[in-house]
Amino acid sequence: MSELYAWAAIALIILASTTGDVLLSYSMKRVGDVGELWKRRGILAVVGRVLRTPTFALGLMAMGVAFYSLLFGLSWGNLSLVVPASASLTFAANAVAARIFLHERVGRRRWIAALLVAGGVVLMAI
Amino acid sequence: MTFRKYLVLAGITVFSTAGDSLLARGMKELGNVSLHNLSGLLLAVAHPWVTAGILLLLAFFACYMSALSWADLTYVLPATSLAYVLVALVGHFRLHEVISPTRWLGIALIAAGVGFVAAGPSLTPSQQPRDADRNPVSQEVES
Repeated sequence: MSELYAWAAIALIILASTTGDVLLSYSMKRVGDVGELWKRRGILAVVGRVLRTPTFALGLMAMGVAFYSLLFGLSWGNLSLVVPASASLTFAANAVAARIFLHERVGRRRWIAALLVAGGVVLMAI
Repeated sequence: MTFRKYLVLAGITVFSTAGDSLLARGMKELGNVSLHNLSGLLLAVAHPWVTAGILLLLAFFACYMSALSWADLTYVLPATSLAYVLVALVGHFRLHEVISPTRWLGIALIAAGVGFVAAGPSLTPSQQPRDADRNPVSQEVES
């Protein structure tokens, strides 16, 4: 039973954090290189511009859902199962989502990496 | 990629590992949260270990947002998935969770995947169109 709860939490984490990652990445690309912006206009300008990006708030909300799912999952399963399984399956889902929604060019190198990491996750889950 | 940018990526790895470990320690002390007692999750953030974990995860988040502002999502995630390996090691050595041989092999595969992506470019050319539509925003802010 506790195994089932752990995997339900993992599924929820994957869905919520993929949504969050895509929204946050989109927001930060619109903000631009924060290191450059910080040097030119200071930390307040960085914080201000990030907060004024509407998709950032949506991304944060999705991350909040993912975070509470993680707390729930950690109370049922082992740290070395829940965290790697959810985080790296999220990574595989993100490779697909980044290609579709962010139009990132996911080349052969990145697909191989996605497969290696996904394979690693399966082994860790056995 | 400058040295400063590699430091930001290293920050993501270290802060997320330390944060997750503290969270796990706190949640283990609190015991299992059942579906009938979900309010336990809301109260959990007041537990000292969980609070410390959240602070570290905030530091992680700042590094993560910084990295996403100058690199692809598909670059940042694998480059930092070394954190899963660190998490497993911390779980093994500090929290005394048992790691089977197949799980060790999984860790090795994840580490190999990280190496593949980290050696490639951090920002792919397809980002250009969105650089263009970002310009009006920066001009507006600078004027």
